[in-house]
Amino acid sequence: MRLEVALPVIIPLFFGALTLTLWRWRMAQRVATATGTGLMLLSALWLLAATWQDGILVMHMGDWQAPFGIVMVSDLLSAIMVVLAGISGFATAVYSLTSMSKRHEAFGYYPLLHLLLAGVNGAFLTGDIFNLYVWFEVMLVASFALLILGGERAQMEGAIKYVTLNLVSSAMLLSAIGLLYGLTGTLNMADIAEKLTYAEDPGIITVIAMLFLVSFGIKAGAFPFFFWLPASYHTPQVAVSALFAALLTKVGVYALFRVFTLIFTQDVAYTHGILLWVAGATMLTGVLGAAAQYEFRRILSFHIISQIGYMIMGLALFTPLALVGGVFYIMHHIIVKANLFLVSGLVYRLKGTYELKELGGMYRSHPMLALLFLVPALSLAGMPPLSGFFAKFILIRAGVEAEAWWIVGVALVVGLLTLYSMMKIWAEVFWKAQPEEHANRSAHGSAGSGVLYLTIGGMAALTVFIGLGAEPIYRMADAAAHQLLNPSLYIDAVLGERQ
Amino acid sequence: METLMAFTVGGLFSAAIYMMLRRSIVKLVIGLVLLSNAANLLLFTQAGLLRGAPPLVPKGATQPTGVVADPLAQALILTAIVIGFGVLAFAVVLIHRAYEVVKADDMDQMKDTDT
Amino acid sequence: MNSQFALQSLILRTAAHFLLPLLLIFSVFLLLRGHNEPGGGFIAGLVAASAVALYMFAVDVRSAKRVLRFEPRDLMGWGLLVGVISGVPAVFVGQPFFTSQWLELKLPLLGELKVGTPLLFDVGVYLVVIGAVLLILLSLAEAEGKTDHHHGGG
Repeated sequence: MRLEVALPVIIPLFFGALTLTLWRWRMAQRVATATGTGLMLLSALWLLAATWQDGILVMHMGDWQAPFGIVMVSDLLSAIMVVLAGISGFATAVYSLTSMSKRHEAFGYYPLLHLLLAGVNGAFLTGDIFNLYVWFEVMLVASFALLILGGERAQMEGAIKYVTLNLVSSAMLLSAIGLLYGLTGTLNMADIAEKLTYAEDPGIITVIAMLFLVSFGIKAGAFPFFFWLPASYHTPQVAVSALFAALLTKVGVYALFRVFTLIFTQDVAYTHGILLWVAGATMLTGVLGAAAQYEFRRILSFHIISQIGYMIMGLALFTPLALVGGVFYIMHHIIVKANLFLVSGLVYRLKGTYELKELGGMYRSHPMLALLFLVPALSLAGMPPLSGFFAKFILIRAGVEAEAWWIVGVALVVGLLTLYSMMKIWAEVFWKAQPEEHANRSAHGSAGSGVLYLTIGGMAALTVFIGLGAEPIYRMADAAAHQLLNPSLYIDAVLGERQ
Repeated sequence: METLMAFTVGGLFSAAIYMMLRRSIVKLVIGLVLLSNAANLLLFTQAGLLRGAPPLVPKGATQPTGVVADPLAQALILTAIVIGFGVLAFAVVLIHRAYEVVKADDMDQMKDTDT
Repeated sequence: MNSQFALQSLILRTAAHFLLPLLLIFSVFLLLRGHNEPGGGFIAGLVAASAVALYMFAVDVRSAKRVLRFEPRDLMGWGLLVGVISGVPAVFVGQPFFTSQWLELKLPLLGELKVGTPLLFDVGVYLVVIGAVLLILLSLAEAEGKTDHHHGGG
């Protein structure tokens, strides 16, 4: 019995329920939120340590044995993702204690935050394909409500697109699960993987694989299904934006990693070939979309898309090194992207706008913030010695070794364009003088921004740490990729007791 | 029977997509309702259509006697229906509030966040 | 406030006053019957929620809220809390989360009674379902009442 496997899900569920009952007591809600996300981060670290030491951990919920009951499985990829969810959840929770207004808190921000984290962690840890769908829905329902928190017009418009496309994706996921169940008669992912190795008809498997690809592709924001993302991510409160940017699309990416390494490896040349095209197109369209934007958070939203392309590239090349790169990239991306959104929130707090044209002169007035922006921005673009450099370097090296020249070319060009985009923000927000007519705008002033600086600074330090201490992180990613490439480890861990 | 169900599912999917492509938001939501029902029905058909008793084990026995229906698929559909119900209830509240803010039942009036 | 919203039927209103307690008792019956026989927290919660909803349609939103006594979201919160907590006792006897734990009580007159964590879980589900369904229904009905009022004034 491994308690730690279920804790990262149980803790946010419990605190979500607790904050819901504490609805009328704002202070108690805030204390419970800080405690809850902190405990979740600790339990996630415990899980990672245990998984690193003892290999893949399994917990049979309710003591119903696999493949009949629902299992929760923690391999290194899951554990790493849970830790990242813990870090970004804790950071945004602390950040929102200051940034969230009373009015938004009164709409149930804290319970929804916990529910979202429970859904995310559940999706990372479950070993049952239908349970994955359920966690996806838990996450989506919470994210729907978080998205319209405040109820402004742009939020409504963004939410309608977000809700529609995500519901389409869920319906496709459900159909795909139904087809898979009809084919194998089981829902346990390890059991499905085992049964599919003896399947006679590879054609139908490929069809189901493509259904999964489309469904998770919509959730991950991959080309050509990403339109909901830039239409909605810049509309909610900035702490919500940061959390979405860090986690939601990554759950889609994680699901792609899971099913395309464990279940659908029958026809790698075809399925992963398509994935590679998707990766290239996602990178390129994302970064080009960002180049045309002049709103802080919209630029960052488009960059999420292009970064998703890199992660899928790691999966699509499907060599050991490429998977290491993919996992490394996810780690780097979640930290950096959440941080950039938090920086944009602080800029908004100080200046009252997200429009680059109206901003300026912040290098002179807030040099510390300028520095804290530059660290994740350069990391995103892939400057050494920050985390983004190693992430891109591993991926490009893997591409060269696999002799997939065109994707290497795309990845390099996109890296350059990312740098252009980040420098555009730098020049517009921090370097140029602020236009006269907007000079006196100030939303909140700098009161109470110490905690915000602390959060952003902490995340920036993590970026630097991943960059400077790349060696242990690389080893962890390497071990995770090793588990991904040997599905038998996962299958034996889940079904082992039966044999 | 499977053929009939296949056509029903196909019909539901196409009706759903047709409704979702309309400009009206209310029709969009109707499309989403049809879509989730189509997916549920597909799941139901995939689990195998057979005329069976409820899978209950008689007292004293260790396994059910005779042909029984697959309980797992039904549990899945029940779960999916509940989730679909929750999400669609949310969608209805959302379009109601969106209508109050935007004052139009027209997707073409909702392009502010796209560019 | 909701005069346009509520149905103006004397028969329905009178019937609702009698049906409400009956349906609530029936929902508790379904709740306790669950686990071994058809029933359980989910369906019981739906019956209870529909009882209050019927009352809301027959009389009005405000008195439906008075009948409910608790805020729907509080019910959701407590239900979720009870549901999560019901999974915890298993951990103390060294079993995975949500493993059923049973307690056999010997009561005078009634005989043997088995209670366990699944019942607790069902109670949690019961509360969550009532809370969620009524939260949606009441907020929609109130929004409707507000716009009606608004239109009436204009």
